[in-house]
Amino acid sequence: MRSMDLFSNPTITRHSIEAVMSVAERFKEKKGRVPVFMEVCGSHTMALAKTGIKTKLKDYVKLIAGPGCPVCVTDQKSIDAMIQLSEQSNVILCTFGDMMRVPGSKYTLTKAKTEGSDIRVVYSPVDSVKIAEENPEKEVIFLGVGFETTIPILALAVHEAKRKKLTNFSIWMTTKLVEPVVRALLESGEERLDGFILPGHVSIVLGKQNYNYLCNDYQMSGVITGFKPVQLLSGIYKLIQLQLEDKIEIINDYTYVVKDEGNAAALTLIDKYLEPFAEEWRGIGPIPDSGLVLKSEYVQFDAKKKFNVSKESPRKTKCRCGEIVRGLITPEECTLFNKACSPTHPIGPCMVSTEGTCAAHYQYMRGN
Amino acid sequence: MVKRISLAHGEGGELTHQLINDVFIKSFQHHEQTQFDAAILKWDATNIAVTTDSFVIKPLFFPGGNIGKLAVAGTVNDLAVSGAIPKAITAGFIIEEGFPMVDLEKIVQSMADEAEEAGVKIIAGDTKVVEKGSVDGLFINTTGIGDLSEQRMTPEMIKEGDTVIISGPIGDHGIAILSARQDLGILTDVSSDCASLNCLIQPLLKQVNGIRIMRDPTRGGLATTLVELCEDFNITIELKEATLPIRKKVEGACDILGFDPLYLANEGKVAMIVDKKEEQQVLQLLHQHELGKGAQVIGQVTSSDNGEGKLLLKTPIGTTRRLQRLSGLLLPRIC
Repeated sequence: MRSMDLFSNPTITRHSIEAVMSVAERFKEKKGRVPVFMEVCGSHTMALAKTGIKTKLKDYVKLIAGPGCPVCVTDQKSIDAMIQLSEQSNVILCTFGDMMRVPGSKYTLTKAKTEGSDIRVVYSPVDSVKIAEENPEKEVIFLGVGFETTIPILALAVHEAKRKKLTNFSIWMTTKLVEPVVRALLESGEERLDGFILPGHVSIVLGKQNYNYLCNDYQMSGVITGFKPVQLLSGIYKLIQLQLEDKIEIINDYTYVVKDEGNAAALTLIDKYLEPFAEEWRGIGPIPDSGLVLKSEYVQFDAKKKFNVSKESPRKTKCRCGEIVRGLITPEECTLFNKACSPTHPIGPCMVSTEGTCAAHYQYMRGN
Repeated sequence: MVKRISLAHGEGGELTHQLINDVFIKSFQHHEQTQFDAAILKWDATNIAVTTDSFVIKPLFFPGGNIGKLAVAGTVNDLAVSGAIPKAITAGFIIEEGFPMVDLEKIVQSMADEAEEAGVKIIAGDTKVVEKGSVDGLFINTTGIGDLSEQRMTPEMIKEGDTVIISGPIGDHGIAILSARQDLGILTDVSSDCASLNCLIQPLLKQVNGIRIMRDPTRGGLATTLVELCEDFNITIELKEATLPIRKKVEGACDILGFDPLYLANEGKVAMIVDKKEEQQVLQLLHQHELGKGAQVIGQVTSSDNGEGKLLLKTPIGTTRRLQRLSGLLLPRIC
């Protein structure tokens, strides 16, 4: 058996579930309530729903999906701006596939494409640099969403465009950083938390030491973990153990890919091209220094500076994605869920993205 | 010989004649004289099964096949899983101006090879050429005709306790197409499972009583196909996640890209409901055949009259979740 198989092995998974239930019982005896943890990674949200862990543990541990899906926290204004830009005849808009079906105020990028806009789905932003090179008469704009996992690749795309001396490539930066939003959530005091299930992929870039602020400033523990059932359960188990032992700690439970210091090459790339910015979060609003934009010396690659778009306020809907990404309500508490809003007819981004909390609940947790 | 297809190849004149003779007849020849505008079939079937399918797959060539092989196998399979013996196929080609002749020849030859393998004749065809940009290379439509004089399947007998079997690992075609589209930047050596299944299915139907129904889980994957089956017959099927056959490479690619193998297309698999009593015999027969050697029991019918059909999945940790049909777009143009 390969080592990765062990993390999905049904017998080990069942034993791990029992172990979590038993420590959770002890927590309940000690504190008179169930432990509450938040995951801030869309892939964790999906995995917890898909594997059945969230359902199985529902009476033992409260797992709240936080703002971990990059599509879900993208402000509607950015999508409206992208649709507007894509309608210009000299523009090729490049994007990750997930953004195609996110509704803007009027319609989606998919609809814009049907109407004739040149919109291309790419797997990597670097591919859009190639498109710019092949289409010198067009302006190629990449819709730059993403957390720390994606940001280095955006920087790499700019690096490539600069190296190739392209003047027709730019990125609409609307990136998000994990730390500022976690701080904002903790400072808002909206939700009482006992710890964080920390993102596996983001941590590969940031490293374990990045999370020291959780212990130092908020007396909060966290476990960095992977995405397989046994990894997720091990993370939850360790978080409960820390509570039982009254310890506050960051544990790296994903050591084979996450280092203390993170990925130096990726961090250098970010430092070289990008600087902090008060990014606007869907449903939350602007948070100081919570996103990254291009430094002023690379302004020629900054689509926000290069193009004018009208800044109308987005159309309001009854979508409660904002509260869902903050972990304040579950998708089922939104009146649109599974009625007006479904993956086929999404009203908000949480239903569109494969990492969205609403999509996870729709796909994997609807009643049997 | 000309290297590329031109509009004149579709005009019905000399070049069309040449194209038909040099490419199509050369490959599809079956020594039967054509005297009329339509092909005439002579056979005594009390029931005839007919199916049609259009193929717009991108890319045209992929590991494990090409659009031609797929266009024959896809239609043969629709007949075969309906219980019919595939007999004849017609093929309509819509070709983009400038399409390389050598590619067309390869594709047409694959169709001929696959038709021979499946024991069907390609009896009629049509070619149209459209301006550059009007189609993406080549689209093919095939219509299949099969003999359904004897229906051996008994869907009306589906009952609680019946077994659900899949003929082999799922998701291969979906991942092969994804990998062949190099713009996604992943490369695995997973081949499409594209194959005609009648040689697997016909002997099975002949030898075993108690096969209730079959479906081929193509677009939308196994989950979507079974959801539809459950709804069609108002039954509940419970699949066991741990028993689903999935290749490691397919699972790995799905992990990276966020896909679920249950929703990836298959082009050479059959899912079937069989009487529990015949389960072992069916497995044994499937395992004897190259196309069925990965066959596995993946679940059972847990209720056969619940008003509303549903598909459930039992996870390894013992929770059950309901599977829905594929929602939204996974990947366009996979077949």
